[in-house]
Amino acid sequence: MTDAPAVPAPPEKPASAIHAIWRQFRTHKGAVFGLVVLTFLVLAVVVGPWLWTPEKLSVAKALAVKNQSPSLRFPLGTDQLGRDMLSRMMQAGKVSLAVGFVAMIIAITLGTLVGVLAGYYKRLDGPLMRLTDMFLALPLVPLLLVMVMLFRDQIARAIGPELGAFTLIVLAIGITSWMQAARIVRGEVLALKEREYVLAARSIGVAPRRIILRHILPNVVSPVMVAATLGVAEAIITESALSFLGLGFPPDFPTWGRLLFDGMQYIQLYPERVIWPGLAISLTVLSVNYIGDGLRDALDPRIRGR
Amino acid sequence: MKLKTALLGAACAFVMAPAAFAERGADGELKLTFPQAVSIMNPYLSSGTKDVIASSMVVEPLAAIDDQGTLVTRLATEIPTLENGGVSADLTSITWKLQPGLMWSDGTPMTADDAVFTAAYCMDPAGGCAQATKYEGVASVEAVDPTTIKITFTGPKPNPYTAFVGSLSPILQKAQFAACTGAAAPTCTDANNMPVGTGPFKVTGFAVNDTVTLEANPNYRDPAKPAFATAVIKGGGDAEGSARAVMETGEFDYAWNTQIPPDSQTAMSAAGKGQFVVAFGTLVERIEMNMTDPSPDLPEGERSTAKHPHPILSDIKVRTALSKAIDRAILVEVGYGAGGKPTCNVIPGPDAWASDNTGCIAQDMPGAMALLDEAGWKDSDSDGIRDKDGKKLSILYQTTVNPIRQDFQALIKDWWTELGVEVELKAIDPGVFFGGDAGSPDTFQKFYADVEMYANNSDNPDPETYLSQYQCKNAPSPENQWQGENMNRFCDPAYDAKVAELGKTTDLATREKLAKELNDMVTKDSMTVIPLVHRGTLSAHSNTLGGVIINAWDSELWNSADWFRVK
Amino acid sequence: MLTFTLRRLLIAIPTLLFISLVIFLLVDLAPGSPLSDIPLTVPPDVRRKMIEALGADQPVFVRYVLWLRQFFYVEPAYLFDSWFGTSWAEGEQRLLSWQSRSPVFTIIGQRLPQTLTVIGTAYLVGVLIALPIGIYSAYRQYSAFDQFGTLFAMIGFSVPTFFSGTLLIIVFAVWLGWFPTKYNTQLEVVDWSTFVEQLRQMALPVMTLGLANAAAISRYMRSSMLDNMSMDYVRTARAKGMSERTVVLKHVLRNSMIPVVTVIALGIPSIFGGAIITENLFGVNGIGAALIGAINASDLPMVQTLAFIFAVLIVVFNLIADVLYGFLDPRIRYD
Repeated sequence: MTDAPAVPAPPEKPASAIHAIWRQFRTHKGAVFGLVVLTFLVLAVVVGPWLWTPEKLSVAKALAVKNQSPSLRFPLGTDQLGRDMLSRMMQAGKVSLAVGFVAMIIAITLGTLVGVLAGYYKRLDGPLMRLTDMFLALPLVPLLLVMVMLFRDQIARAIGPELGAFTLIVLAIGITSWMQAARIVRGEVLALKEREYVLAARSIGVAPRRIILRHILPNVVSPVMVAATLGVAEAIITESALSFLGLGFPPDFPTWGRLLFDGMQYIQLYPERVIWPGLAISLTVLSVNYIGDGLRDALDPRIRGR
Repeated sequence: MKLKTALLGAACAFVMAPAAFAERGADGELKLTFPQAVSIMNPYLSSGTKDVIASSMVVEPLAAIDDQGTLVTRLATEIPTLENGGVSADLTSITWKLQPGLMWSDGTPMTADDAVFTAAYCMDPAGGCAQATKYEGVASVEAVDPTTIKITFTGPKPNPYTAFVGSLSPILQKAQFAACTGAAAPTCTDANNMPVGTGPFKVTGFAVNDTVTLEANPNYRDPAKPAFATAVIKGGGDAEGSARAVMETGEFDYAWNTQIPPDSQTAMSAAGKGQFVVAFGTLVERIEMNMTDPSPDLPEGERSTAKHPHPILSDIKVRTALSKAIDRAILVEVGYGAGGKPTCNVIPGPDAWASDNTGCIAQDMPGAMALLDEAGWKDSDSDGIRDKDGKKLSILYQTTVNPIRQDFQALIKDWWTELGVEVELKAIDPGVFFGGDAGSPDTFQKFYADVEMYANNSDNPDPETYLSQYQCKNAPSPENQWQGENMNRFCDPAYDAKVAELGKTTDLATREKLAKELNDMVTKDSMTVIPLVHRGTLSAHSNTLGGVIINAWDSELWNSADWFRVK
Repeated sequence: MLTFTLRRLLIAIPTLLFISLVIFLLVDLAPGSPLSDIPLTVPPDVRRKMIEALGADQPVFVRYVLWLRQFFYVEPAYLFDSWFGTSWAEGEQRLLSWQSRSPVFTIIGQRLPQTLTVIGTAYLVGVLIALPIGIYSAYRQYSAFDQFGTLFAMIGFSVPTFFSGTLLIIVFAVWLGWFPTKYNTQLEVVDWSTFVEQLRQMALPVMTLGLANAAAISRYMRSSMLDNMSMDYVRTARAKGMSERTVVLKHVLRNSMIPVVTVIALGIPSIFGGAIITENLFGVNGIGAALIGAINASDLPMVQTLAFIFAVLIVVFNLIADVLYGFLDPRIRYD
């Protein structure tokens, strides 16, 4: 039975895209949790050092308090030289987070660029994929040694040793991690290229660049998000492996990965020395992943508003 | 100190335990673990200490050096000396007599011809023999008769115990290696990895950089030894893992080179399954001062060369101040525990050769500050860093990537910062630092830094070769492709003259005196080398393994024939 | 498809040669020397002789051509000889490692079984765990299983393998004593007890690596499944009355496998590369450990050969992945 034609509800004010995305994002509990945790970590390492300055102890006094467990004076305990773990963690966090994000951005940008070009333009597909193969086959360590050897002194002279080391590491990780993203993006683009709406756009003569920007890129967001979140984790972990090989920052410049490695020899005696940086890395990656998950859902117009 | 005494006491107790009733092969399998795996069983082509140590279970020299630094016989009947006529009066030749009835592990007799062959093998210019220094100055080796070997030198040699002495120079079987001389040496893989020897064990299986399996040598000269029927050397992992496998899980009997933090040493010893043993040789961790200017503003071929003396470190007051600011006892406590002792000497042992030099061990910060003030380095702009004539007192301090070295860097940087010195730290991959690659700016020979820290040692209780490294002509420079050994570019004609004198001196007491003087010249007189820690070799063995006497002068496994299972 | 495959294979040859040259130059340019582990007591002139004996002082291109000859002619000839008893490789200089003076291919042959057994099993276990978790997580998105699956994946790749591996060793090998701490590469499986022993010593590395592998793959699987679950054809299939099982496992899964196949195929060469950290930690002296050891010792012939073999594997598996694309997705046209 048909009802009387229902009075249409007064139309809602059309929400802007950002609001819609944010509303969808908010429903993903994990993503909100991730955002909260990440914000907390970022604030902790950026603002923390101003709020908590450890007492400056002379060597002898510092050694007297070495290897202590957490206490009021040293909330996260001290290491084998009597240094306060909390301030080291904060200092290290700044560097690790910066390296993770910047390296990931470089890798994702390169990877998406290569992937889209290879997937869309058949002529470029062959050479670009062979280039990808070559980069995949290159052993990371000699590549890094060569980059460091060739460029470190020049960069250090230009922008100082710490910033120079940072740039080099971030570039090195970025240049060696884009390949997986490229491959995945290329796969998606190859499939998307045959979709009806792309064929339709091509047939009405839309320029390839517009097709890529309007149709292809928004749809590869999903796998790129996954790759990006994995990329941050990989970047932080790769950086720690590099610190271990001495290719990282100068030795008095801690990073979470470095602290983790330094703590490995004490894992049985003082496991917390491994747990703090390990937990920090894990939480960072966890929250970034959850955020990625939430973003993926929020940006997908098919899920939004359902 | 108490811990060390206890360790030594325990070691002695086990050594004295009666092994008289042991018979060959009665004690089952001996399991050893090395953090770095064995690559090759031929010490003449070895790529590191691990290969020499492993091969010492299989191939033997004429005489070995015991843990006190004295010679003991292996294949020879007695040690030739001037008194018993073994060494000729003009010191140009030495004659060794082999024990009668010696056999290789494959049953063939061992004769003097094998020794003659071994010398030719290592002295072959195309062979790339890693132990060529052992045969330096040898004019000829002849087999006077099947059991007599006569070595003739090119000139009088005060210390003739080089060739065929110690695990670095064992005797190879001529029949096995005959086709492997010169350029063909590396191609004989089977011979290199499973050499036929006279030692207590023979190789039954070899997986490169992984595991070596051995069994008791059926033709070993002592029928009651070795006590173990089989042995296995497993390589890989790290020092912690190896120590753990012996001290906590008991899976292995002996772990070589277990350099772990002192706290871990104490904790693992408390588990009660094993013990750490340490022997002190001549290994000294030191800071070398660069007497030349490494500034990057200088043109490429002139950086770190004698053309430009160091603007800051050329002043002995500065060098002395830097040394005084360091508390060596704390360094030992933090880094090595029982495995190290503070030292001021480049030659810390054996005792007869060590100079009485302990003035630098106590930290003296006020004295250091006073010295810098005297030298004109004062903090004129109150930024915490001393300066003079507009130049800041700034030091670039480099070393290799190594947790203990990084800890040392952190501590020393703190002390020097307290002193008013600005310190920049650098840590370099050991493969690059020690690699000697002339194209890399980070090698320790290039020394593009103000101070560098690493460890060095003498391979012989007699330190003549070691001390002659500091002569003027040995400074690395573009002319010799940066391949010298005098890293500090220390140049003192009086030193060179004394080294030449040492080369001619034959009387032992005078040699010892000259060595002490040379040691003092580079350390307390000129402060060019700042010794920090006298490091020992630290290894671990299970409490069920007896007979272990750790030895810093020869291979650690030098007496593996005497090991047994404690019942 | 066939022409595509053939064309790719033909292009692969000059590509690989170019890659081998780049790797050779890169490794050669990197600072370091094969003599860096030699004690400092060995004087410079002896070191110079050792370098000459290794052939390491020759110019780069001479060494490259020599390597090419040894890799493509001498070693295959040697293999042929050992199989058929001929003597083509008589008197030829084999490809030797600088560090151990053993032939490179002997070392690879000694190490391959460990790597395949341990790392290969870990990869297989990882994939087998990941796929069902990914599929079911996507099917029941936001359910408790999904949250747990996501958490599991997150933990799997947030925690670095050296951390998780060491934790596992401490808990299971040191405290509980269930598993050995060092892998015995000489263990031969001849009966039930040695088989159990082999499983015991494989357990920890497989757990460590399997977790890390499963994490990444399950994420890709889930993400891909989610994309496809909301497609129109799924709604059509359900409307047609097909069982959920057919819809999900036959239709959606086939389409979702495309990016996952990429990831899995790309990951297989890494089995041979070995999980370097895990191999080091557990003493599973496999190919990965050989590569990192060779890099540290600047053992150029070894590094060059291993890196080139990986390049070949990567190129081959990329081709396999692309061909599989064609099978799985008829919308993709290559020709």
